[in-house]
Amino acid sequence: MATVSPALDAHGHADDHSHGGHHEQSFISKYVFSLDHKIIGIQFLITTLIMLMVGGALALAVRWQLAFPWENMPVVGQLFGLFRTEGGQISPEFYTMLFTMHASVMIFLVIIPILAGAFGNFLIPLQIGTDDMAFPALNMMSYWFMWPAIACFACSFFVAGGTAGPGNGWTSYPLLSDLPQAAPSSGSPQTFWLIGLTLVGVSSMMGSVNYLTTIINMRAPGMTLFRMPLTIWSMFITAILQAFALPVLTAAGFMLVFDRLGTIFPTDIHSVFFIPANIIVNNAAPTVGGGQPLLWQHLFWFYSHPAVYIMLLPAMGMVSDMLACMSRKPVFGYKPMVYSMAAIAGLGFIVWGHHMFTSGMNPALGMTFMTSTMMIALPSAIKVFNWIGTIWGGDLKFNGVMLNCSGFVAMFIVGGLSGIFMAAVPVDIYFHDTYFIVAHFHYVLFGSTLFGVFAAIQFWFPKMFGREMNDTVQRWHFALSFIGFNCTFFPMHLLGIAGMPRRYADPYLHGYLEHLLPMNRFITISAILMGFAQFLLLGNFFYSMFRGKKVGRNPWNANGLEWTAPSPPGHGNFDIAPVVYRGPYEYSSPEAEAIGQDFILQTVPHVKGVAKITHH
Amino acid sequence: MKKFWALFFFFWPTVAIISCVIAPSRGWWFPSPPMSRTGVQIDGLFYLILIIVTITFVATQYVLAYALWKGATKESGSKALFSHGSHKLEIIWTIVPSFILVFISLSQLDVLAEIRVISKFPEKATKVAEVTARQFEWRIRYPKPGTELTTVENPGDLYYVNELHVPTGKPVIINLRTQDVQHAFFSPQLRVKQDAVPGLVIPIWFDVREVGNYDLVCAELCGWGHYKMKARIVAQSQSSVDKYLKQLEADQNADGTKSEAAASGDE
Repeated sequence: MATVSPALDAHGHADDHSHGGHHEQSFISKYVFSLDHKIIGIQFLITTLIMLMVGGALALAVRWQLAFPWENMPVVGQLFGLFRTEGGQISPEFYTMLFTMHASVMIFLVIIPILAGAFGNFLIPLQIGTDDMAFPALNMMSYWFMWPAIACFACSFFVAGGTAGPGNGWTSYPLLSDLPQAAPSSGSPQTFWLIGLTLVGVSSMMGSVNYLTTIINMRAPGMTLFRMPLTIWSMFITAILQAFALPVLTAAGFMLVFDRLGTIFPTDIHSVFFIPANIIVNNAAPTVGGGQPLLWQHLFWFYSHPAVYIMLLPAMGMVSDMLACMSRKPVFGYKPMVYSMAAIAGLGFIVWGHHMFTSGMNPALGMTFMTSTMMIALPSAIKVFNWIGTIWGGDLKFNGVMLNCSGFVAMFIVGGLSGIFMAAVPVDIYFHDTYFIVAHFHYVLFGSTLFGVFAAIQFWFPKMFGREMNDTVQRWHFALSFIGFNCTFFPMHLLGIAGMPRRYADPYLHGYLEHLLPMNRFITISAILMGFAQFLLLGNFFYSMFRGKKVGRNPWNANGLEWTAPSPPGHGNFDIAPVVYRGPYEYSSPEAEAIGQDFILQTVPHVKGVAKITHH
Repeated sequence: MKKFWALFFFFWPTVAIISCVIAPSRGWWFPSPPMSRTGVQIDGLFYLILIIVTITFVATQYVLAYALWKGATKESGSKALFSHGSHKLEIIWTIVPSFILVFISLSQLDVLAEIRVISKFPEKATKVAEVTARQFEWRIRYPKPGTELTTVENPGDLYYVNELHVPTGKPVIINLRTQDVQHAFFSPQLRVKQDAVPGLVIPIWFDVREVGNYDLVCAELCGWGHYKMKARIVAQSQSSVDKYLKQLEADQNADGTKSEAAASGDE
C-alpha cells in the first residue's frame, strides 16, 4: 500500500512536515498504530461496523422481550452465562441494561465514530487535497482512545456479576444514575459506563480539533471555502459542534462521578450536584444535599441535542456529494446547502430544552424552546428540497449508492416531519417517552444516517481498497434493509399514538396496551429481517476487500480531488500535488462537454473556448 | 430495473398512508377519546399537525419518487439537466415553510399556557390530593376531609396506594412529587403527563369528563420495575368521592376493636 510512484516523493513529500522520511514501515506501525489518516479511517470503519452488529444484537434482544415477554431466548439464551441465571429468560434488570447499552453502543461506538472517525478521517485530507491530517499522532490517539472506552462499556456488563449492566438509559438521569442504592445497575456498572463515555468524548475531541485545524490550514491551492465539497463543509460544522458542546457533557459526567465518589473509593465524601435533600431511596438514609436533578438534564441535552446533528450532518454532506455524482448534476443550491447546515448547527445549540417539555421546567422556557425547535425544521426542509432538486432531471444511475441516498432523503423526510409533533409542547406532553419518539429518532439516526453511511461505504470503497463492492448485493441489501426498517419503525409511530411508553419490559401488564402484542411481534420479525440483512453488507465488504473487481482512480467519474489520487492512495495521498480550479459539482457542464465528458475534475483548468461558469 | 426502483419509492409511502388510514379501525390509535378538557385541545392540535404533515409527506415523497421516475424513463446516455439551482425556488421554499412553522408554533401557545402556567390554572380548581411516586408504586395522600391540602403532611390525612379518586366535571389539582428517583405521571386517556422531579413539588391540573377508571402509569425510567408502576385514576361524582374518603377515613382510624358507638349499642 505504501509503494508509490517516485513522483509522490518528489511532490507529495516535498513540503512534508507532518511525518518523517519515507522508510519501510513494520506491520505494526503501518496497520495498527498507524499515523496515516486513511488507515485510521479504515480502522474506525471496521471497528464501528463490528460494533453495529453488537448494538443490533442488543436491539434484537429488546425486541425479543417485547414480542415474546418472559419467554426464553432461543439459541443465545443458553449460550452466555449472562442469561443462564434466569434460565435463558430476560429479567427486568437485564432488559434495562439491554436498551441502555443498545443506545450507548449505537450512539457512541457506531454513529458518531463512523461518521466523523471513519469518513471524516478518510475523506478530509483527500477531498481538500493534502497529504494527511494536521496532527497525525493525535489522530492515531483518537482511534486508540476508543478501545479503553469499548473496554469500559464491556466491563460495565460484567462488574456486577453479569446480573445488571448499566441500566439507567443512555440519558442516565439522576437520581437513578446518581445514588448507587437506586438500582442494581446504579453501582459500579454506572461508574464504568461514565468513564467509558468520557473516553469516547476524549476521542471525539481529539478528532474534532484535528479536523478543524486541517480544514482551515491545509487546503490545496485554489480550494477556497466555497469550492469545498459539502462533505467537508459538514465535517467542518460537525467538528465545531463537537468542540463546543462536548466539554459540557464531559463536565456533567465528572460532576456525576463526583456525586458517586463512594462507588469508586470507600469514602462517604462526595458532591451533591444533582442530589436534593431528603430523598429516600430503597429505605436508605435520607440524602443530605441541595442539588438539582434538572441540572443534569440541561447539561446533558446541551451536548446531546447538538450531538443529534453531529450524528446527522456528515451524512447529509456525503449524501449531497453522492446524489450529485449519481445524478450527473451539480448539487442544487450549493450555498443554501452550506447555510442551512450552518443554521442547523447554530439553532442546534438553542433547542435542547425540547427534551424537557414534561420535566417541570419553567413553561416560559418551554415556549422559547418550542419556537426555536420549530425553526430548526426550516433548514432541514430546505435541504430536502435541494436534494430533490439535485435528482430532478438528472441522468440517474440506479446503483446501490443512488438507492441508499434516495432512501436517506425519503427517511429523513419522515424523521423530520414526525419531529414537528414533538416540537409542539402540548402534543409532546402526550408523546413524550412513548414509542412515537422511538420511531422518530430511529428514522433520523438509522433511516437517514445509516442509509447515508451504507451509500458512502460503497461510494468510497474503491478509494479505500482499490476494488469495488458488488452492486447487485448492495441493491439487495438496500431493499431488505429498507423494507425491514420501515416495517420495524413505521408501526412504532402507531404504538406511540396508542400510548405505549418506552423502556417497558412488559407493556402488556397494562390493559390498554394488551392488544398491541401482535403488532410488536410483527415489528420484531421485521427487525430480525433487517438485522440479518446487514450480513450482506458485511459479507460484501470483506469479500470485496480482497476479491472485488479492481478499479482505477475514478470509477464513478466524479469530480472531487480524492478521485485524482491512486486507488488506494499511498502514504502521502497524491502523486501530483493538486491545484483546484473549480467547484466539486460541475457535472454535465458545458466545459465538461467541451472535453467530451459529463464530469470535470476540480483540478482541470478553465477549458478554452467555453464561457466561464460562475456560481449564481 | 430502473423503473422498478422508481416505483418502489412510490410504493412505500402509499403503504405507509394506507396503514395510517386503517390504524384507528384496528385499534392502533389513541387508547380512548380524550377524557379531559386539555386532552381535547391536545388532540385538536395533534390533528392539525397531522393534516399539515400528511400533505407535506405525500407531496415530498411523491415528488421524490417522480424525480426518480423521470430519471428512470430518460433515454440512456441523454444529458442531465445542467443547473446550479434557482434563487427564486430557494426563496419560495424558505418562506412558505417558515410561515407554516411559525403558525404551528403560535397555535400551541394558548393550550400550553393553560396546561402549564400556574397563574392560568382554572380558578375553581381544588387541590384534591398529593401523589408521591416511589419505586415502584404511587402513594396517594388526601387531606383530612374538610381541610385543605398542604405540602406538608398533617394529622388526619388519608393515605392509599395505586388508586386515585377524583371528582368528575370539575378541574382538580394534584401535587406531584417523588420520594426517590425521577418518575412521570402519565394518564394516556386523560392526555396528562408530568415528570415527578426529586426535590420539587409540581402541581398539575386536569378535569375528567366522564365517570370511569383511567390508567396511571410511569413514563420516566425509574429502575427495573419501571413497567409495573400500574395504578388507576377512579373518576366518579363528587358525592361518591366523598363517600369513598369517608370510608377510607373509617378504615384508617379503625384499630381492630369495635367502635364506641357499636360497643355502647351492645350493652
